[in-house]
Amino acid sequence: MRDRVSKRILLLLAMALLVVAAGCGGDDDESSGEGKTGGTLVFAGAADPVVIDGALVSDGESIRVITQIFETLINLKPGTTELEPGLATEWEVSPDALTYTFSLREGVTFHDGEPFNAEAVCFNFDRWYNFKGPLQSPSASYYYSAFFGGFAKNESEDLSDPLYKSCEARNDTTAVMTLTRPSASLLGALVQQAFSIASPKALQEFDADAGSLDPDTGFKPSGTFGTEHPIGTGPFEFVSWTREDRLVLKRYENYWGEKAKLDQLIIRPIADNAARLQALQANEIQGYDLVEPQDVGTIEGTDNLKILDRPAFNVAYVGINQAKKPMDNLKVRQAVAYGLDREAVVNNFYGGRGVVAKQMMPPEVEGYADTVEEYTYDPEKAKSLLQEAGLTLPVEIEFWYPSDVSRPYMPNPKNNFEAFAASLNKSGFKVVPKTAPWDPDYLGRVDEGNAGALHLIGWTGDFADADNFIGTFFQNFSPQFGFRNPKLFKLLDDAEIEADRQKRIDMYKEANQLIMEQLPAVPYAHTKPALAFRNDIEGFVPSPTTNELFNTVSIGEGGE
Amino acid sequence: MLRFVVRRLLLLVPILIGLSLLVFIWIRALPASPAVSLLGERATPETIRQIERQYGLDKPVYVQYLRYMETVVKGDLGTTIRTRRPVTDELRERFPATIELTTAALLFAILFGIPLGFVAAKRYGTWIDHASLLASLIGVSIPVFFLAILLKYVFAVKLGLLPTVGRISVLINIDHPTNFYTIDALLAGDMGAFWDVLKHLMLPAIALGSIPLAVIARITRAAVLDVQNEDYVRTARAKGLAPRIVDVRHIFRNALLPITTIIGLQTGLLLSGAVLTETIFAFPGMGTWLVEAIRQRDFPILQGGILFVSFVFVLVNLLVDVSYAIINPRIRVS
Repeated sequence: MRDRVSKRILLLLAMALLVVAAGCGGDDDESSGEGKTGGTLVFAGAADPVVIDGALVSDGESIRVITQIFETLINLKPGTTELEPGLATEWEVSPDALTYTFSLREGVTFHDGEPFNAEAVCFNFDRWYNFKGPLQSPSASYYYSAFFGGFAKNESEDLSDPLYKSCEARNDTTAVMTLTRPSASLLGALVQQAFSIASPKALQEFDADAGSLDPDTGFKPSGTFGTEHPIGTGPFEFVSWTREDRLVLKRYENYWGEKAKLDQLIIRPIADNAARLQALQANEIQGYDLVEPQDVGTIEGTDNLKILDRPAFNVAYVGINQAKKPMDNLKVRQAVAYGLDREAVVNNFYGGRGVVAKQMMPPEVEGYADTVEEYTYDPEKAKSLLQEAGLTLPVEIEFWYPSDVSRPYMPNPKNNFEAFAASLNKSGFKVVPKTAPWDPDYLGRVDEGNAGALHLIGWTGDFADADNFIGTFFQNFSPQFGFRNPKLFKLLDDAEIEADRQKRIDMYKEANQLIMEQLPAVPYAHTKPALAFRNDIEGFVPSPTTNELFNTVSIGEGGE
Repeated sequence: MLRFVVRRLLLLVPILIGLSLLVFIWIRALPASPAVSLLGERATPETIRQIERQYGLDKPVYVQYLRYMETVVKGDLGTTIRTRRPVTDELRERFPATIELTTAALLFAILFGIPLGFVAAKRYGTWIDHASLLASLIGVSIPVFFLAILLKYVFAVKLGLLPTVGRISVLINIDHPTNFYTIDALLAGDMGAFWDVLKHLMLPAIALGSIPLAVIARITRAAVLDVQNEDYVRTARAKGLAPRIVDVRHIFRNALLPITTIIGLQTGLLLSGAVLTETIFAFPGMGTWLVEAIRQRDFPILQGGILFVSFVFVLVNLLVDVSYAIINPRIRVS
């Protein structure tokens, strides 16, 4: 009697399972390649974009989308850091480096059919220059103010005087930009998506700058330019955006350059690394960025997947805070440099994708010095330097590293830290380990100069210019490094505005030599970050600055 | 009963005010600010200062709190720092996602857990009983994220039967009036989309529901074993009632009480524990929303989100208490 009831229940359970199993079926293949042209490619980034407006973002995911839709006056030759014409075909710099004349490409239209011309260029530059209120904040226009300084009317004393003076549309194809002071890195900086050209009509019609500022709950954008109508000149047009789900782009048929091969490009956010990899393996996505070093082997070992390398464009370094004694003593800093076993770290923790760094910028960037002071691992030398400095061994120092994070230049901070601490302990130091979660605790501490005597961090370049590396680090006093070196500051100041290219390169080379003598930090690695794709995806050209276009990408015949 | 409900609802007000104050102060006590999170390696003291001023973070805490409450009573929970969208918009997207996921997980746990426990009790001491106990132990012991990755590996990567991430295939387009993707698909009359949404819910539901399933099975088994030895059951059988009626009307109905308690508790746990599942399956629910917000010090999200979750929690608890009285009239809410 009891048996029958429970037997029935068991039977029901079994049937339910069968129904579920039978119902699940069908291929979950989500790519539809029809050979070389056409098809949809699904690509995964690590987060949702913030807004599709180059002037108002600084996160990589927004920039990835913006790169497909908008274009800049000057481009980087794909895969390199060389400049080549973009929306501007030629340019002339005045001898005093104050006036830049751009000849613009003809026959270019915006996605809304409006013509691209000098007026559009000047409209965009003026728009940024005239940003008011919350748009002046670095949470919005970081890249603009990082290069151009302040705005027409600075609303904060932390903003410097504006570098930009004016833009004149001399005729449809000539735009003349005037600066308030000379700059030699303008051309290199203009490749950044922050300076991409949007349709003036769309900017105005969809209230790109509109919004209210609630003093406590922040800037509330009210326009729809960057969320529904981002209109540029690029090879892809915006179709739709469902948050945390997908952003859909389609080929722009009237593109002036190489038309996109794909019909559609869908970008979706998948935050977890393991989830991205599994989605690729299941062919739910056909490519993704920010591959974890430990997954590189798995992907390379899988038949239908492949790894693409980006050229190294970053530097990992041990930062030294000279405000914490005895780090203000050069001999002590030299002892640190001799006491770090950089070879061991790069060989063991970078999956074969790193090289030992000798300077605070990668070799690809102009201004890389031919020879600098080098410091091979030598514990005895470190000890004697410390003794020469008059210190009793071991010298106790706080050494900070971030937890909870993997950076392209530092895949596993803890590993790096432990190896470095061990080698320093053999070199006359006594390391006091300290750690904090990367975001925002650790970053905040490093910024304020509260991360001990030594800290692990790095930098990925924004654009191919020495100023973006060593200028950012050492052109002014910063609490992070805690030192003042007037000679170095002046050298970098002068180099930033030197219009003669060769002279400029020489100045940066001199700066790099000075840096490696004075050791405000000890660089230790440059890495090649990796992307992963299905084998049949062709034509993707990785870029050192991570700005890659998808118009050359196609879904091939082979591979599943 | 009505007085009971009304009193509990009125209690909501001081609870929410107290909580909002607590959350407000707590997150501002955390080191570092949203400024650093926004800019990463690019943050400098100047840029940090500017951003903090933009968000009013340089004002005294009580001033910030009062102004925040001013906007909240108007129904405005503020604007997120990272995405610059109204908190209510994101809440309207995230909450239904979590509800769908939690409901699916609970359904899985209940539909498989109760029968499993019932059968185990009925077949007490046999291999079926032991097997179900073992399954429960495994279900409760396996870490959810590990189970999730394993399920994905087997069913998605290797067998290609189910998807690995998201709520719906990127190749399917439907409108989202409610943000409950199952309902949206039905409203659009798109059965293909509906089935696709269900497929996306299956693995996360199994992963998330594994622990509740194990617990519910065990409790059911214990409750049934307990009840079937009661006098009233023996009386019912002695009366000559059919076994099935005895099982349902007497045994099961009485065993339901502890089971309901457990289900109520599990619901609460599910809502919070879904973070791991959401992360592995890239399922955009409340869990990942709030955890990311903590990491990025996104104050408006934390304030609004926690307030909302507390509100829901109090309501759910109330519902569970009321349901006791319905299931077993002998329990009166005093």
